[in-house]
Amino acid sequence: MSSRRTFLRQSTAAAALVSAPWIARAASSKSIKIGVLHPVTGALAYSGQQCRLGALLAIEDINRAGGIKSQGGAQIEAVLGDAQSRPEAGSAEVEKMNEGGVSAIVGAYASAICLATTQTAAKYGLPHVVDVGVADQIVERGLTNTFRFGPGYKVCSARAVDYLNALNTAAGKPAKTVMIVHEESLFGTGTANLLSSELPKYGFEIKEVVKHPNPTRDFNNIVLRMRSVNPDIVIPANYYNEYALLLLAMKQQKVQPKAIFSVLGGAASSYKFLKEYPDIANGVIDCNHWFNPKDARVAPLKKRVEAKNAYFSYEVFMTYTAMMLLADALERAGSADRAAINAALASSTFKDHFMPYGATHFVNGQNAGAQPLLTQVVGGDIKAILPEPFRETAPVFPVKS
Amino acid sequence: MFDPAILFTALLNGLTTGAVYALIALGLTLIYGVLHIINFAHGAALMVALYAVYLLHERLGIDPYVALPFVMAGMFAFGYLLQRSVINRAGHGKDENILLVTLGISIVLENLALVLFHSDTRNIDTPYALATVQIGPAMLALPKLIAFGGALVVAALLFAIMRFTDLGRAIRAVAREKHGAKLMGIDVDKVYAMSFGIGMACVGAAACFLLPAYYVNPQVGGGFVLIAFTIVVLGGMGSFAGALLGGLLIGVVESLGGLWFGDSLGQMGVFAIFIVVLLVRPQGLFGARV
Repeated sequence: MSSRRTFLRQSTAAAALVSAPWIARAASSKSIKIGVLHPVTGALAYSGQQCRLGALLAIEDINRAGGIKSQGGAQIEAVLGDAQSRPEAGSAEVEKMNEGGVSAIVGAYASAICLATTQTAAKYGLPHVVDVGVADQIVERGLTNTFRFGPGYKVCSARAVDYLNALNTAAGKPAKTVMIVHEESLFGTGTANLLSSELPKYGFEIKEVVKHPNPTRDFNNIVLRMRSVNPDIVIPANYYNEYALLLLAMKQQKVQPKAIFSVLGGAASSYKFLKEYPDIANGVIDCNHWFNPKDARVAPLKKRVEAKNAYFSYEVFMTYTAMMLLADALERAGSADRAAINAALASSTFKDHFMPYGATHFVNGQNAGAQPLLTQVVGGDIKAILPEPFRETAPVFPVKS
Repeated sequence: MFDPAILFTALLNGLTTGAVYALIALGLTLIYGVLHIINFAHGAALMVALYAVYLLHERLGIDPYVALPFVMAGMFAFGYLLQRSVINRAGHGKDENILLVTLGISIVLENLALVLFHSDTRNIDTPYALATVQIGPAMLALPKLIAFGGALVVAALLFAIMRFTDLGRAIRAVAREKHGAKLMGIDVDKVYAMSFGIGMACVGAAACFLLPAYYVNPQVGGGFVLIAFTIVVLGGMGSFAGALLGGLLIGVVESLGGLWFGDSLGQMGVFAIFIVVLLVRPQGLFGARV
């Protein structure tokens, strides 16, 4: 009986194929819809567009390499969304994507937007891979659909403190005083609070913590305070525009600390800043998202990004690898079913990537191995200086004696 | 307490920043004084002018200060045509319509810039960007000092035009009494367009002075336009002297406030002044009682 059924089914399928060849074509290029959600307009548009570029490059690579093989070579189809730099707009896009039948979402760059989008996606059990979103609350709410591949700001700040202490100790402790300049949102304030409670434990004296709004039109005041405090180390934690104006004002006012040490953002993790202000960038140190500089896949990807007239910024490679992580989970899930993808993500051991994280291991949605690197602008290029296994060049510290 | 040297530097910084604010506010107050509308497209216009300065520098290698007359002329033409062909027609003479039209223009301009330039922040590299001038104990960035001088010159020019030319007299007449001016044979529509054009030219000048020490992206105007509104109210709606002095005052308050209370809270000083002026002297420092 069963063989007759099989025969019937197969012959029907064959008949359908002969009579309707377009179905076969559609079946072999079966696609999986993935939401690519970023703030591509509004105040965060630059970063959002960079993220989108990274996601699309990853999808291009995945599809070119034969798609998701366990699902018959299914191609990934990007469903693009714009969070308009507002959390509620991000949530609305998740609702739309859910109705549009996406299997998972990758996004949404900013912490505040990620908090909203992951929560909305959780209502539908929709897997959400967070590409950047450094606020730790994102993975601390027990959402089983939320996975962050990169480090949060607690890990970044803790590493920043370790690295700064290591640099200072190796140089014979020339630096004793610190001034922190941070932007006033969740990321800057959170980072500044963590740093000001941790650094004193290593013998650093926090001389001053200055908060500024976005945008700040003029940094001369802050630099004047800096001049009166005269700190050994200046730690900025802010976004690109304000960072650039701050360093410009420091140069103009001839304020030269022993080191400019940024946490999550800065010249030593921005090829854009390096190109626009090579003199000011020289010697600057950053603790930020960075790729494994010894991985051979980085250089060709960087070339491809630059060929598109874009900078190879952290947004690009963070979202690129987040998409790769998802593709690996799709491969192991074997279906486009959301629960299966969530389970595959939760048990991920994804290690075929160029980030310095090792094999992936999710603990409550956070990749436990995720870490930032310490980079410095040396000889007109960005070089990794800590931790040891990723070091490309010896650190220059202090910059000015 | 701060060192007097630091206070002195902060004061000079405030004055130089304030001069550029004043220039932007002069354009806004002129348009308000004559057309009796708040130009919501003012910030977007500043953004357009900044992109013009940026493109002239990047594509043709023209220094922002050399570009000044061209950008001013270009912005004048832009404002003139915008008022004649869009605002005047779509407004149908109703203030609330005109308000919405300018708001619409700002949205169109900002999104146009987003399409053309993406939201990437851009700046120009000039040989003098990092040059500083020593004044007593203060170190002042050269571009800011030039901006201060330049803003005063442009403001003086504007005063002269308003005071001594037929155009200025016509503008003042229309601002005072539109119908009377019309009866005297003044082409009111033309005066409207000229005023809008001159207001835009002021913004063009501000852009030339601003870009060497600042940056441009499609959202850049928003940060300045709120300050400019405050200055216009502070100085008296439609008053030039008020806009100039108000600009300088706001610059200094922002600078000293930032020094004492930090840059987040320092902004409070600016808006505290705004509220006090509205309470105590609603017509503004130089405004005539209505």
